[in-house]
Amino acid sequence: MGFWIFVILAVAVVFWVIVAYNKLIAMKGQTMNAWKQIDVQLKRRHDLIPNLVGAVKGAMEFEKDTLEAVIQARNQAVKLQADASPTGGIPALAKAEAALGAALGRLNVVVERYPDLKATANVGQLQEELTSTENRVAFARQLYNDTATEYNVKQQQIPWNLVAPLAKAQPVELWEIEEAAEREAPKVDLSMKPKA
Amino acid sequence: MTNANLFAQQRKNRQRSLLLVGVFVLFFAWIGFGADLILYLQTEGGPPGQYVHAFPFVGIALSLLALGTAWFSWRRGPKQVLWASGAWELVTPSTPEERQLVNVVEEMAIASGLPRPTIWIVPDDDPNAFATGTDERRAHVAVTRGLLTALDRDELQGVVAHEMAHIRNYDVRLMTLLAALVGVLALISDGTFRYFRVGGRTGRGGRVGGGRGGGSKKGGGALLVILLVLWLISVILAPIVSRLLAMGVSRKREYLADATSAQFTRNPGALASALEKIERSAAPTKAIHRGSAHLCIADPLGRRLTGKQGFVADLLATHPPMPARIARLKHMAYQVEKTGELPEAVS
Repeated sequence: MGFWIFVILAVAVVFWVIVAYNKLIAMKGQTMNAWKQIDVQLKRRHDLIPNLVGAVKGAMEFEKDTLEAVIQARNQAVKLQADASPTGGIPALAKAEAALGAALGRLNVVVERYPDLKATANVGQLQEELTSTENRVAFARQLYNDTATEYNVKQQQIPWNLVAPLAKAQPVELWEIEEAAEREAPKVDLSMKPKA
Repeated sequence: MTNANLFAQQRKNRQRSLLLVGVFVLFFAWIGFGADLILYLQTEGGPPGQYVHAFPFVGIALSLLALGTAWFSWRRGPKQVLWASGAWELVTPSTPEERQLVNVVEEMAIASGLPRPTIWIVPDDDPNAFATGTDERRAHVAVTRGLLTALDRDELQGVVAHEMAHIRNYDVRLMTLLAALVGVLALISDGTFRYFRVGGRTGRGGRVGGGRGGGSKKGGGALLVILLVLWLISVILAPIVSRLLAMGVSRKREYLADATSAQFTRNPGALASALEKIERSAAPTKAIHRGSAHLCIADPLGRRLTGKQGFVADLLATHPPMPARIARLKHMAYQVEKTGELPEAVS
């Protein structure tokens, strides 16, 4: 009798371990997928910037510094993006992206001063694309942070933490916006319509 | 809203859809078999050799018709609604406004975690929008041309988020089914009524006389009268009741979709100002017909009732009063401003 109780308990434990393992793997997959969403949008953002710079360069010879800052911030972000993943490099990338956002904000302030330039369909369209990409990054970040937090909490809870090493689950980094960087970025309305 | 709440909401909406179809088919069965029974009671006990209506083919035919209609509405309802509004699908954006619309929809697809719905533009200058579809993978968002010109980017985002909320909450299937079935019911009810009137006029003397002639069966006669009255009442009331049902179903959902929209955009103030702009342009949305009025973000049939509050307005409006919706959103915006947190959505 005692033997059978032991067998049943053992089977139950093994069964739970399998379920827990699968759950952790699934959550890891979801986190990675959420990260991919940010990654794709960041790449889109980085690809758009040379186009914008190219479109405004001719008309803004004497605003070289602003353009230069955007290009540099962009290159820095591209470099950091290459080896950023949920397990490392996210805070640095988040900081670089915030700096890029601030540089872009300053560029937009300058572009506002050139109504002719802004009226060019190409520049307007590029600005719309950048606005959209920034929104997408923001929304993708919400999803990523929610998924990642859930994953982090789960793998540290008892008894899940016993299965975590088995599933090679490690805490992942969140994409947090630094208050200072946020405050630095000037509030610029990128919408193409005048505010009513 | 937590996930558990969302799943409960989705499940409830799925159940409601099934219930709606069930009631629809049962109603048609009752109309059909009721007619059979009436005909049977009228014709039985007549002189031998006279026709006796023993086989209930009216009931069988109507039940099959109802099943077919429901199936067709389930499968083709969204296309029908879009077709009726004259919308065209936006595949490759050509103007900046269209480009912006596509971008906003894709942003909201990310924010809501849904697949990107297909985008349709209704050629109407009144600002309005609706969503339709059978599930989140086959969903459509339609906006009027007037909406694109009237709203700025943030406001458009709020409106699109509202429509995506309807998709995520599974409101679209229920509301599209309602639109399709209510339409069919009204059509058939009108038709039956007309037939009955014409038929009654030519056949009155013969039939009623026949019924009286078999006067020995008094119980059967009373039953026949009761049946006839019940049957007539259901045929007359069906379109009214179903329309009231559609309105009631839609009103509740608007508040919830507004709240979910705020959750997606984190910017309830933009939707509030969008609603104000939509409310101010008083022209009715001509492209959208009565049957699909409850699908839209704002009542397309003139705005007289939505401004008032009170029992009659409550009963007849497809949408909650606009000032109340705007006030709720502004309250949310104030909360976000003050605490940086969005208040928990309440249904």
